[in-house]
Amino acid sequence: MSDSPSPIDPSALNHTPLDGWHRALGARMVPFAGYAMPVQYDLTGALAERCKGGVMAEHLHCRSAAALFDVSHMGQAILSGPNVAAALERLVPGDIIGLKPGRQRYTLLTNEAGGILDDLMVANLGDDRLFLVVNASRKEVDFRHIAASLADGLQLELQDDRALLALQGPRAATVLARLAPSTASLGFMGVAPVTIAGIDCLVSRSGYTGEDGFEISLPATGATALAEALLAQPDVVPAGLGARDSLRLEAGLCLYGNDIDEVTTPVEAGLTWVIGKRRKMAWDFPGGIAIRDHLDNGPPRIRVGIRPDGRAPARAHTEITAEDGTEAGEITSGGFAPSLNAPIAMGYVRRDLALDGTRLNLIVRGRQLPATVVPLPFVPHRYAR
Amino acid sequence: MPKKNTDKRFTKDHEWVMLDGDIATVGITDHAQEQLGELVFIELPELQREVVANEACAVVESVKAASDVYAPLAGKVAEINDTITEDPSIVNNDAEGEGWFFRLELDDPDSFEELMDQDAYDEFLETL
Repeated sequence: MSDSPSPIDPSALNHTPLDGWHRALGARMVPFAGYAMPVQYDLTGALAERCKGGVMAEHLHCRSAAALFDVSHMGQAILSGPNVAAALERLVPGDIIGLKPGRQRYTLLTNEAGGILDDLMVANLGDDRLFLVVNASRKEVDFRHIAASLADGLQLELQDDRALLALQGPRAATVLARLAPSTASLGFMGVAPVTIAGIDCLVSRSGYTGEDGFEISLPATGATALAEALLAQPDVVPAGLGARDSLRLEAGLCLYGNDIDEVTTPVEAGLTWVIGKRRKMAWDFPGGIAIRDHLDNGPPRIRVGIRPDGRAPARAHTEITAEDGTEAGEITSGGFAPSLNAPIAMGYVRRDLALDGTRLNLIVRGRQLPATVVPLPFVPHRYAR
Repeated sequence: MPKKNTDKRFTKDHEWVMLDGDIATVGITDHAQEQLGELVFIELPELQREVVANEACAVVESVKAASDVYAPLAGKVAEINDTITEDPSIVNNDAEGEGWFFRLELDDPDSFEELMDQDAYDEFLETL
C-alpha cells in the first residue's frame, strides 16, 4: 500500500485549543494549513455506538443527525471604526453597507486582476464592528491585505485567542436549543451573542456542509467545556476534515486553493451572486473591470458539477477532454459522495461545454472515463428557512 | 515439485500472500484496510499482465484518497477477484480471506520464502 502517513513533528505545527481533546477521542491527526488537525476519528465506547467513526460514517452522521467540527484553525478578526462597512467594500464586491446588524454574508476578497484572494464570512455585530472569518491557509495574506487598506480610525483586531466550532446537521438546532434556547429563533445567516454552558459565545447560523447548523466562536479557554457539553448530547459525534471535505463537495461549495484562487474570477467560479446589486453599478472593488468583462462577454471557463459514469473517483488535477478529444478543462475537487454512493467532482470547463448534460471524458490513470456535467449542488441544501 | 504452503507471508506495503504450487494469492492486510477506511472503489490488474516485484498493479480508493497495491513477487496475473470490484466492502470485512485481490503465476515460487512471515509482520507493525 502506498498510503502510510508520515509522523507529525509536533514542534513544527500549530495546535487548536481542542488538540488534546481530539487525541483523547482517537482522532487521526494530519497537518493542514500549518495545524495538526483531526482528519477522522477512531471512536470507542459509547461514542462508537453512535457512529463507528471514519470519514464515511462521520459524513453520513452529519446528514442524519449532528456532527461537531473543530475549525479553530480558521482566522477570526474584528474590523471596527467609523464607516467600517464602506471601508470593507473597498476590498470586496459584496453589499456590506446594506448588511444589517445581526446578519452575516458570504463574500470574496478580490485582487486587481479580478481574481479571488479568499472567500470569507462577514457578520455585522453592530456599533461599527464587523466579524470576519477567513480560511486558515489564507489568514496571514488576508489580514495583511486588509490591514494595509485601512484608513485612520479603522482597526483590525486579530482574535488568535478564540476557538471556532461548527455544529452541523438536521439535529443541530434541537441540540443547541437544549443548551441555549435563544438559538431556536436565530434565522439562517443570523448572528448573535449567546451564552452556552456558561460560556459567552458568538453564534451564527451557517456552515460549510449544506445542512442547517451553527458556527460558534468563543474564547479558546472555553473550547473543551463547550465541545464536551455538545458531545454529551446523544445526537452528536465529532467529525474531522475528511468528512468536512466530502460534505462541502456534495454541497457544491468551493474550497479555496482548489476551486477558487487568485487567477479565477467570481464569474468563472459561478459566484456572481456575491456581487451586490448596487456594486454592479459602480464596479468599485478590486478587479471590477475584469469581472465586469467576464459578466458582459461570458467567462472563458465555468465551474461545473461532474458525475463520472462508473464507480472510479476522479480527483483534483484530473484532465478533462471533450467528446471530440479537444481539451476541455480540469477537475479542481473530486472524490466519493457517501450520501450518493457515487463519485462526484467539480471542475472548470470551456464555456461551450458547461451546459448540464454535456458529455466529457476524464483522463484517469491513462484511460478515458466518460462523465456528464450535472447541476450543483449534488445534494440539496437544507438550510433553515 | 508443487507444494501447498499454508503460511501467510507479508510485505512492508501491507500485502499478504499465500502460495499453492506456483500460484500466489494476494490481498491487503487487515491493518491496511483499517488504515484506509471504508473502500469505495477497487481497480484490479488485467488478466495475463506480467508484473515485477513491487510493481503497482491495483488501486484502492476510500472517500478521501487513492492508494496503490503492489505485486509482492514477479509473475503473471492468472485470476482476479471480481467480487471485490462489485462490493469493495468485502475487503474491509474480510481483507485476509474473501477480500483477496488477484492470483499470480509466479516466475519463481521459491521467492515466496523470502517474504516476512506473520511474526515478522506483526513486529513490523509495532514499529509504525
